[in-house]
Order: sequence, then structure tokens, then C-alpha cells
Amino acid sequence: MIRRALLKALAVPGYQVPFASREMPMPYGWGTGGVQVSAAVLTPDDRLKVIDQGADDTTNAVSIRKFFERTAQVETTERTADATVIQTRHRIPETELVDGQILVYQVPIPEPLRFLEPRETETRKMHELEEYGLMHVKLYEDIARHGTIATSYAYPVKVENRYVMDPSPIPKFDNPKMRMGAIQLFGAGREQRIYALPPWTDVVSLDFEDHPFDPSKADHPCALCGAEDSYLDEVIVDDAGGRMFVCSDTDFCRARRDAGHRGATGRPAAEGAA
Amino acid sequence: MYVAVKGGERAIENAHAWLAEERRGDLAVAELSVAQIREQLRLAVNRVMAEGSLYDPDLAALAIKQARGDLIEAIFLVRAYRTTLPRFGASRPVETGDMACDRRISATFKDAPGGQVLGPTFDYTHRLMDFALAAEGEDAGAGPEVPRGVPTEEPVPHITEFLNRDGMIEREPDGNDEPPDLTRAPLEFPADRPLRLQNLTRGDEGFLLGLAYSTQRGYARSHAFVGELRVGTVAVEMDIPELGFAIEIGEVDLTECETVNQFKGSKTEPPQFTRGYGLVFGMSERKAIAMALVDRALRTRELGEDNLGAPAQDEEFVLAHSDNVQATGFLEHIKLPHYVDFQSELELVRRLRREAALAASAQQAEAVE
Repeated sequence: MIRRALLKALAVPGYQVPFASREMPMPYGWGTGGVQVSAAVLTPDDRLKVIDQGADDTTNAVSIRKFFERTAQVETTERTADATVIQTRHRIPETELVDGQILVYQVPIPEPLRFLEPRETETRKMHELEEYGLMHVKLYEDIARHGTIATSYAYPVKVENRYVMDPSPIPKFDNPKMRMGAIQLFGAGREQRIYALPPWTDVVSLDFEDHPFDPSKADHPCALCGAEDSYLDEVIVDDAGGRMFVCSDTDFCRARRDAGHRGATGRPAAEGAA
Repeated sequence: MYVAVKGGERAIENAHAWLAEERRGDLAVAELSVAQIREQLRLAVNRVMAEGSLYDPDLAALAIKQARGDLIEAIFLVRAYRTTLPRFGASRPVETGDMACDRRISATFKDAPGGQVLGPTFDYTHRLMDFALAAEGEDAGAGPEVPRGVPTEEPVPHITEFLNRDGMIEREPDGNDEPPDLTRAPLEFPADRPLRLQNLTRGDEGFLLGLAYSTQRGYARSHAFVGELRVGTVAVEMDIPELGFAIEIGEVDLTECETVNQFKGSKTEPPQFTRGYGLVFGMSERKAIAMALVDRALRTRELGEDNLGAPAQDEEFVLAHSDNVQATGFLEHIKLPHYVDFQSELELVRRLRREAALAASAQQAEAVE
């Protein structure tokens, strides 16, 4: 049933396919959509990586990884390049994903128009008619009021010039990466929707000619590995409000430190993980 | 020196161990048995069966024990188990007219064939703490035998049928068709009445109570009377294709509530009484009555009534938010890490503040000139 929904989703990129989502052994909101999609695509030969906020060691990522180790007897990894299936919450890995890999997103609210129009009957009609004026008005009002589009994550995209799609709550910094060689599958368990992007699907972040899309991030290098082009977490390090910026993608940061890169306070990965 | 947060795996294991310890509580106090919960906390068991959509008192009692008495957590456990079970098919509609009633009351007629039977109700108890229960000696000497009526073997006719004969109340279609199953198909709108009722019967009791109450206070008031409320046991029958006839596969306890609602007529319907319907596993009166009121409120479209824009009339609002397992999951997930989203918001607010400050100082400079 889920595989059929996935095939339909891949055939109509960006279209939300309703599916009979089931209760999972973890609560709605913990990634039940992603878990169902991963379970539907995993084969015994796969190597699974699970990240939450870009990190392999956040509690929910650990929990979901353990769930699949136990139920699917599948090999797991933390290395992005070694993984064949990556389930993610809120990030796209920094390392470029390629042909042969599948990225599974956990999606809380699949409907990009939901906060503009709460009714499903209305939003489905708007998608049918390709009536996205409401979204453009919202973005325009942002610019009129704030001088800039005030959406920093879950930034809406248009897929193959047809469907407006919610990229899940990834930071807009990640949006440009969505044109990639890997298959991208999106599972929203509670909302009972699946959608997908085949490799190299055209994904454009909504913007205006005179206010082009800007994938901004914190204006710092990573304090551990010195990377200037990765998305950063801000970490408060002392009572005086001192802070440092480190890569949100833990595997990317570790690999860079292993390769000898150092940031302002960086140490080798082995020591940092102790 | 910053060290990345590690050890999620060990933290989870330790949390589970601590949870198990908390569940057991003081070891000097005897452990609660599943049978005790099933027998002595039966109303909690009923709620877990109803909202878990699974009629199994033993499993519901086990779930309550495992969930430390958190009923929504127990409902979740039952649902997660239920979804792994195969579906054999649909039973025949249960015949509630043949119910062996423990309780059957009508608020619209003083007496009717079948009579008024109070049954085991809190309705007329005085809510005074019974400290004798705290003494926990009640079982030592069995009390006097409780006089109780024997459920009649005869079918007990539905009160609303008496109105039906006079054409005073709307007719209901027979509805022998197999209803849709929202546990196997995604909920889509607009929903028909069988699907709505299915959603309501497993919906959160508190949510339905609040919505039903709002209709009584004027948000789509429907002038409801409890035409009949009955609690008892019905047989469940299923057609077995190999046999070519239906056999009884078990019995379930149900609460059924039929409301009679005043209706002055609309463009499409003549003045007549209309119905709201509630049917819930176990003895769950509050839920059954609330369900009937909300069912009636949701029938605005089919009765050609004015939609007053009240929450209880709004099908998408009600059906999409009634499920407490979904609601609690999404509500509580905001305690999971959101560093990444929050970080991007931080950057945005900082930038907006910087720009606002720049604009303000530019304005000031202009004013000085």
C-alpha cells in the first residue's frame, strides 16, 4: 500500500498522495511517516543512516536507528557516503547525495498552504487549479512589512513548475540542495500523506525577480572544523552567554576533522567525541 | 570547551529503566494485577477500548497498567497493537433493539414499553468521599445481595421508533452496507455520516465533551433531548461465506444514545424531529451523549440547515482534531530538538532587528539635520 503510494508520488512529483498511515510503535510527531516510508523501501542489502537536526546522535535519531536495527535487521552507518537510505528530520546532509541513495524526510505538515488556508478541501482545490496566488501574496506582504521574506525554514518550493511543495522544516539554506541525484521521499504519518521527488527534479524556491531567494546561514565558520559553507548550530557555552558555532551535520564535521581541518577551537574528532 | 552531546543511547536505556521503576512504585505496596484493573477500573478500561478501537478488556487493562494510568498513553498502546492485527471482514450491524439492557432511560417519555431501568449509575449518588473504601475491608464480609432486575429476553424497542410511526422524526436509512474503515483508508473530506460516526466513536472523550457542551451553550444550538440511553450487551454476528449464513462470534457491551432534536424545517426538509446518534464500547455514557450531540451538529449540510460557523458544525475542524493519539503526538513532539529551525529563526530575527535599528538611526539623523 505504501509502495504503491510511493510510486504514484514519484510519478507526480510534488503531489501529496493520501495513504492509510498506521499507528507506529512511536508517537505521531516522532517521524511515523518517515518510519513507514523507510520500512517500505529498506531491503536487507541496504545501509541505513538516521539523522535528526543533522546529527546521528540526537536521541530520536538513535531511537529510530535502533528500531530498524531490531526490526529490519539492516546494517546502519553514520557516514553519509556509505548510506543507501538516509532518514532525516530537519536537514539535508552537507555531503552531496548521489544516484543510488534515497533520502527519506519526516514531515509534520505536508501542506505548504495550510497556514494560509486551514481547510483540506480548499487547499486540494487550490493545488488542482494551480491557484497559488495566496502564497505569492503572503510572500509579498512579508517583503512589504519586513523588507524580506520572513520564512527561514520550511521555505516553500515549486516542483517542475507545477506543484508548490513543503520541503519539510529544513532551513532554507538546504533548499538549493534539493535538486540532487538521490531519490527524495517525504512521509507525513499523522497527516496521511506521501510525496516525492525523483532524481534531478527541478525544485525552485519561491521568490520575486527583485527579491531573489537567499539561502542564508550564520555568518561564521565552524568552530570545530573551520567549514565556511556548512549549516551551523549555535551553542551556548557559558553562563555569560558566550557562544560558538558548530556544524549541524555531525558526520560532515567529523570527516573534515579527520582530514585535518581545524576551526578556532577544534580538536581531532576522536578527542572531541570522548 | 565544547564537547558534542553524546550518549543518547545510554540515556534512553537509563530513562526506560527508571520509568519501569516508577511504574512499579513502592515495592512495599502489592502489585496491581491486570484482572484487578479490568474488574475494578472498568470505566477506564471502557474508555481505552472505545478510543483504542479494540474490544478487549484484558488488553486494555494491561495497557492501563503499562501506561501507569495515563489513559491516552494506554489508548496509544492498544492502537499500536491493533494496527498489527489482520482484518477478517465486517460484522453484521449489531441489533441494539435486542440488547440485554442493564440500563435504559428516556428523558422524553415518562414510561414506555420496556420501562425505565436505572442500572449501575452515578447519577443519583451523593458525591461524598466514602472513607469506608479507604479502609479496604469491604470484601471481608460480603454485603447483602444487591437486588437487580433480570435483563429481559424480549427485544426492547427503541423509543424513537414510537415517534417514527407518526412521521414525527426523520427516517434513517437501513444502512446494511459495509461502512468505510478509517483505520485502513485515509480520512478524506467531505465525509459521509458512517465515517463521521466512526471517527467520533474513537475520538477523544474530552474533546467531544467540550464540543457538545458548546452546542448547548449556543454555538449551533440543536435543542437536544436524550430520547433514549441504553447500556447493555449485544451479540456480534458475522456472515461466514463458507457456511452461507451468519453466526454469533461474541458479545460486546455498548452504550447507545439517541437524541431527539427540535427542527423547524429547512428549504429541503419539513418540520420534524431530527436525530443525533452515539454508540460507544462499554459503559461510556458521557461519551455517547456527547457523540450524539456532535453528530447532530455535523449534519448541517445534509439537513439543509444554515451553517452558523460554529466549531461543532465544522466537519474538517471536528474530524481532523478528534483523535487524541494524533493530537498528543503532534503536541508533544515540540519537545523534540528543533535546534535547526530555531537557529534559522534566530538569524532572521537578528537580521530584522539590525535592519530596524539601521532604519531608526537613519531617521534620527534626518531629524537632527
